[in-house]
Amino acid sequence: MWVATATLRLFWTVRAASSPQGAPALVLLLVVLSNFAVLGTTRLSTCIRALAFQGLLLGVLPLLLASSLSPHILALAVGTVVVKAIALPWFLRWAIREAAVRREVEPLVGFIASLLLGALAVGLAFAVAARLPLPEVRTELLVPVSLATVIIGFVVLITRRKAISQVVGYLILENGIYLFGLTQAESVPFLLELGVLLDVFVGVFIMGIVVFHINREFDSLDSARLTELTD
Amino acid sequence: MFANLARLAPPSSIVAIAVLLCFAPVMPGIAIKTKSVLAGRKGAPILQLYYDLWKLVRKGTVYSTTTTWVFQAGPVIVLASVVAALLFLPLDGRSAPAHFEGDLVAFAGLLALGRFALVLAGLDTGSSFEGMGASREVTVATFAEPALFLCLLALVLATGELTLSGMLGVPLANAWPRSAASLTLVGLSLFIILLAENSRVPVDDPATHLELTMIHEVIVLDHSGPDLALILYGSALKLTLFGALVVCLFAPRPSLTPAAAIASLLAGLVLVAVIIGIVESVMARLRLTRIPQLLVGAAALATLGIILLLR
Repeated sequence: MWVATATLRLFWTVRAASSPQGAPALVLLLVVLSNFAVLGTTRLSTCIRALAFQGLLLGVLPLLLASSLSPHILALAVGTVVVKAIALPWFLRWAIREAAVRREVEPLVGFIASLLLGALAVGLAFAVAARLPLPEVRTELLVPVSLATVIIGFVVLITRRKAISQVVGYLILENGIYLFGLTQAESVPFLLELGVLLDVFVGVFIMGIVVFHINREFDSLDSARLTELTD
Repeated sequence: MFANLARLAPPSSIVAIAVLLCFAPVMPGIAIKTKSVLAGRKGAPILQLYYDLWKLVRKGTVYSTTTTWVFQAGPVIVLASVVAALLFLPLDGRSAPAHFEGDLVAFAGLLALGRFALVLAGLDTGSSFEGMGASREVTVATFAEPALFLCLLALVLATGELTLSGMLGVPLANAWPRSAASLTLVGLSLFIILLAENSRVPVDDPATHLELTMIHEVIVLDHSGPDLALILYGSALKLTLFGALVVCLFAPRPSLTPAAAIASLLAGLVLVAVIIGIVESVMARLRLTRIPQLLVGAAALATLGIILLLR
């Protein structure tokens, strides 16, 4: 009997996930959870893994949101997965290895406070999204989750001391903007999105080089040292 | 409320409580057995806690001369508060023996009362070790309790009921298809609270007996004989209580017959104990400073569930 109810529960979940509304909602929920993972983890490598997972989710999302599978959407999905889930995390890992960074995150604001800020950000995002005058959007969760991701990206960007975790914050911020862009995925020209992806890639590449130089000059990636005057 | 207990409560709910009172010592046994099997050991028998309790109740008690009646009252209050909290859960899937509007606050309050009595008994011994354990126990509780209240709030929002007995039956079964995502988040959060409240592995290690690392075990160092039996039984019952809460959340069983509901509850509890054993096998105990982080994470999950429900 219990097995029967458990099976029923599983069926509900699967049915909810396979309905046109449920699957994107599930993916968006996982995006929020990966944001929390970045806020709450103490290790840089876990941060980057969460970021890669988020990139994968963002790549799957256009496929789930699209009414029909056009080459445009397919290319967007493949491009996103390649850049956000494979190339950038690989590059960040390479930077950690080459610069021999210590593997802890070292936040300016504690982990508990950042998690609370994250929860606050999600609440704020849902409150703001309910008041935004937006045209018809395919999934109602898309706008609040994108706003929450932008705010949490800012939180990570501001409250983390290491240059690498600031790059992670920047990438989360960009993921939020990408999510917002998905509301208009079918009307925005493909070339524009490709350009944005390329911009991000080049941006992170330059950041990586800067990070490398900070490390060589100061023997540390602590961005607070940049305010000190040296010869 | 309690005067009307015998008249109002359906007999099946009383039977369910009796079954659970007998079943409780099996829960830690299953968790330990799972842990042993996964580690390739044979492990203690599943019924070990029954033997321990039987051994302890036949022994005498030693009271230190520094202790007062507070120390002796501790174990009794611990057990009584958990049994009283158990009365609020609809264990047979229909209704609980005791219920009134807002009884979920009383439920949390009774659990807090038990912890308060345990901590006071620990402090009453005047031992610095037990004082340290008491301080740690309260620190963990400070973070676990808000998370528990957030979970209960989410359940109230999902079902529109203010009694545990009312919400964990039909309303919850109706709420599942509507808000599966937030209820799953709340369930996860509740499981983390279960691990913290019952001193299981990522928070505390029930197997350790080194005073500097343990939390729960250190408070009960001075208890002996029947008093220790009461405490051991009380903590097994508390584990069963939280397990039952998690099972009721994930599998509301309003449509089953009472006997089937109780049987399914026991099956669910065995599953929860096995999962606890697996969690204890695959992860290390967290550093003391990381525990609040885990519990705030649980609170954040529950908050996300609430936000999704409010939308």
